Amino acid sequence: MVRGMDQANFGGIASAHVRRQRLGERLFGGATRVAAVLVLAILGGVTIALLKGAWPALSQFKLGFLTREVWNPVTNQFGALAAVYGTLITSFIAMLIAIPISFGIAVFLTELSPRWLKRPVGVAIELLAAVPSIIFGIWGLFVLAPILQTSVQPWLIHHFSHLPGLGALFRGPPFGIGILTAALVLAIMVLPFISSVMRDVFETVPDVLKESAYGLGATTWEVVWNVVLPYSRTGVVGGIMLGLGRALGETMAVTFVIGNAHRISSSLLAPGTTISASIANEFTEAVGDLYTSSLIALGVILFLITFAVIAAARFMLMRLDRRALSSV
Amino acid sequence: MNRNRRLLRKLTNGASLALSAVATAIGLTCLAAILWTLFKSGFSALSASVFTQMTPPPGSMGGLLNAIYGSLAMTVIGMLLGAPIGILAGTYLAEYGRDSRLAVVIRFINDVLLSAPSIIVGLFIYEIVVVPMGHFSAIAGALALAVIAIPVTVRTTEDMLRLVPQGMKDASTALGAYPWRTTVSVIYPAARSGVVTGLLLAVARVSGETAPLLFTALNNQFWSTKLSAPIANLPVVIYQFAQSPYEEWQRLAWVGALLITLAILVLSVTARVLIAALQPQARAP
Repeated sequence: MVRGMDQANFGGIASAHVRRQRLGERLFGGATRVAAVLVLAILGGVTIALLKGAWPALSQFKLGFLTREVWNPVTNQFGALAAVYGTLITSFIAMLIAIPISFGIAVFLTELSPRWLKRPVGVAIELLAAVPSIIFGIWGLFVLAPILQTSVQPWLIHHFSHLPGLGALFRGPPFGIGILTAALVLAIMVLPFISSVMRDVFETVPDVLKESAYGLGATTWEVVWNVVLPYSRTGVVGGIMLGLGRALGETMAVTFVIGNAHRISSSLLAPGTTISASIANEFTEAVGDLYTSSLIALGVILFLITFAVIAAARFMLMRLDRRALSSV
Repeated sequence: MNRNRRLLRKLTNGASLALSAVATAIGLTCLAAILWTLFKSGFSALSASVFTQMTPPPGSMGGLLNAIYGSLAMTVIGMLLGAPIGILAGTYLAEYGRDSRLAVVIRFINDVLLSAPSIIVGLFIYEIVVVPMGHFSAIAGALALAVIAIPVTVRTTEDMLRLVPQGMKDASTALGAYPWRTTVSVIYPAARSGVVTGLLLAVARVSGETAPLLFTALNNQFWSTKLSAPIANLPVVIYQFAQSPYEEWQRLAWVGALLITLAILVLSVTARVLIAALQPQARAP
């Protein structure tokens, strides 16, 4: 269409107009394209900058960086294992807690809630997602951790620590802060993300499908479990992965309550660390190039893990109508 | 036998639906608990001096004036840098690239960046701005915020531009307008409130970010307006003061947390109202 206009000969005055319009088109269209490509450049830039910053540590420790637990700034020995373990275990426990609760909220909002309650509850859950993560962090430190320390953790220790096998998870003194506390705060944080995606994908299920199941005499739960869930499986998994991506990379909510200890304990009550918490806690105080570089190398690992998880999540959610999924 | 089965199904149904109501109650309780603590601790420490005095040295009274100013300044600069890029890139995806391979890739990458950990953005800006400059600075903080604002803006801009009816675009094209003219004179005015909503949401997202500011803007105990120097800001002040053993500092941390959360809640509620007025079925990110 544009080319057609370019080729048309409108005479002197018109062609001046056309020239101006063509220039405008070239400038504006070019600017949008440059801006769009800049989004790609950000990703490329992040990758290159992180690899460059991590290079001294990666070339020094090679693959051993991934498999060693030691983290000693004094002797300049650094390994990522404790931080990677902490990141994975806190996110794993957070997901164990958050997935069933989010599922319950999504079921409540789509199938159970009276119409007048649907919107206020939905908005409240979404507002929880808008609360900045540092607020979760200080709330965890000043409110949740003392409660856990004085009541929940002593109870867990008293009842579970003598069990063979599983008991190892609940041994040691009740610090209040630690892996379990961080996982709980993370669970509360990702809950609104997962539940709003689940609600959105549940709403994409055609009413006809649900009504036919109801017509055959299915209960609400059977409709949810046998019709809604299978139909929206990909979206549900995508939403869960998106929440997992958040949990893995979350910094402030975790940093306050994890305890920042670079070691792997069998107990969930013990302090630990995550990749993001280590970076946040130590980066500005890190002296020496190798220390800083090791922290950036931790960042590279986090970047790779979260990129894989988020990309998988987005890929699963891509097939769904974007408009139905605008809440994330 | 048959009756037992029916009873079992009924019980399962009742139990699972009751559990889903419990789950909702848990979610709402968490929100209520957090807001309650925040309001109680925040308002009890709120006073006029918060807005008139600088952040204090350990153990003495003071305010948050320099941190509030720093946060505002970095947010404004970050948005001034990020918003044009985000809007233009969103325009490309909605009007130029559409379903081309480049547009599909960019849309995907943008969605990934939207959920990427913000601490990574901090490390990125540290490497490309702080290391060459040799010190932390307000401009590095603003750049980090811009990088976080861009994906949000791209996403909302594209969604909002796509809501403009095709008929309006066709009418403009039929009058002989070039695509850029149609975009600037027809599509932008039609989608204005939607795009503004997207910007509000980007501001809300950016103003609570802490991790990327830790090693870009850092903090400054004093009043500073220099872009090339470290600058105080609410998130980092909250982070440092909350972890300190001084009660005055902890009280200020709660006030800061209250201010940020109030600002973000007002922004998100405003955005939500705007969107609801705009398009009944669209929901805010």
